[in-house]
Amino acid sequence: MTMNLADSAPSMNNLLGSEADSQRTLYPYVTGTSVVGIKYKDGILLAAEMGGSYGSTLRYKTVERLKTVGKHSIIGASGEISDFQEIMRYLDELILYDNMWDDGNSFGPKEVHNYLTRVMYNRRNKFNPLWNSLVLGGVKNGQKYLGTVSMIGVHYEDKHVATGFGNHLARPILRDEWHENLTFEEGVKLLEKCMRVLLYRDRSAVNKLQIAKITEEGVTISPPYALKTFWDFSAFKNPTVGAEGSW
Amino acid sequence: MRKIAESMPPKGGFSFDLCKRNEMLVQKGLKQPSFLKTGTTIVGLVFQDGVILGADTRATEGPIVADKNCEKIHYMAPNIYCCGAGTAADTEAVTDMVSSQLKLHRYHTGRESRVVTALTLLKSHLFSYQGYVSAALVLGGVDVTGPHLHTIYPHGSTDTLPFATMGSGSLAAMAVFESKYHEGLTRDEGVKLVAEAICSGIFNDLGSGSNVDICVITKGKHEYLRNYMLPNPRTYVSEKGYSFAKKTEVLLTKITPLRELVEVIEGGDAMEE
Repeated sequence: MTMNLADSAPSMNNLLGSEADSQRTLYPYVTGTSVVGIKYKDGILLAAEMGGSYGSTLRYKTVERLKTVGKHSIIGASGEISDFQEIMRYLDELILYDNMWDDGNSFGPKEVHNYLTRVMYNRRNKFNPLWNSLVLGGVKNGQKYLGTVSMIGVHYEDKHVATGFGNHLARPILRDEWHENLTFEEGVKLLEKCMRVLLYRDRSAVNKLQIAKITEEGVTISPPYALKTFWDFSAFKNPTVGAEGSW
Repeated sequence: MRKIAESMPPKGGFSFDLCKRNEMLVQKGLKQPSFLKTGTTIVGLVFQDGVILGADTRATEGPIVADKNCEKIHYMAPNIYCCGAGTAADTEAVTDMVSSQLKLHRYHTGRESRVVTALTLLKSHLFSYQGYVSAALVLGGVDVTGPHLHTIYPHGSTDTLPFATMGSGSLAAMAVFESKYHEGLTRDEGVKLVAEAICSGIFNDLGSGSNVDICVITKGKHEYLRNYMLPNPRTYVSEKGYSFAKKTEVLLTKITPLRELVEVIEGGDAMEE
């Protein structure tokens, strides 16, 4: 997703010239791939695997892309990892200031989502985006909330969301098989189904994922684990049946 | 020693002169139109008795739906069918051409065509055109050596797979296959899974839509189920009906038979040897 600046008039070139380029994000370097999130009976479930790719190298294999925000929300991020770390600094500061008010209120997922939207959109307007697609989920006072914000500030909330490749591979499955009142086991099974397809078909996926659960009681982020995969199709084992020497 | 003529007449075949021009233009800054994965979802899978192919029926011209109910599953041989994605003209032309070649080959050898024959003919044609013939195909059939399913890409590479999807809706369809496919499917399970994959493409991809076509090929038999499923019916029909405005007067209704201009000569000297 590169920005096409070749169309700017010559007079604008100084503003967007090569010197100024060192001050703003042009392309991502260390990236995380999709995050998938669903609402279920008791709250929200997010899944993300732990890979951090450096271009086409799978450089980092234990990157935690799911984090807690305050008491009521969890955030999952795909895209540039350093920008995600920056966003976590902003969010930690936001929650800290909220706590310092000590007024009995605490920011819920809606508030955090709105804050993130404003941050992302304003950075985009300055042509210096935080190169992330975020998923924000939480439960406050019994109300479940699941939303997403992209690097240009596009935001919406829905019953199931995904970023990156998850939009193409996981959303079709979720649209078909998600229903109200999934139990925790059913929700995890559904997420694992989506993550398995992503593992097969997304080149930047690694087989090490975490699932985060948030309910009224609190947040649990599972320890990393791997999915079972199946490679024993006879056409994989013997693709040239009937035509020896071909491929 | 004979002097070789400087400008030789073209010997036929593809002339790559314009490709050089295109490269020169790109170097000068022209933005080349990118490879269009034109709107389609096509799938194939191998089940216990043969192969099942599926396709949607929407043909697009940019943002417009040009044909709401086109046929994307092409006949190659009585036991081999081919789904095509990409430029419609290219898929039609290349499958027709190879279909004729297969028929001639059947006359020559006196045997049923094999899927690998169609595969080799298609891939060598596509490779020689270096990807300019924009046809991405899912080829499936059953021959003496068993059921086979292959994908063929516009540049000429091929894969042999237990299940395959191509086109802009391929990711949506592949998500269904990757989560639900297993070996040893029965015919009904296979048809249901193919229909589900195509529907996933139809409803989740903007380039695919309308109806589901299915073709089931087994040993000695093929069933072409045109419009197997119609999940996008036209539900609203105006109750008022359609009528002319009151001011329109019908003056005269008359049917005039067209005059026959050509006289048919019975057994005449039409074509003498």
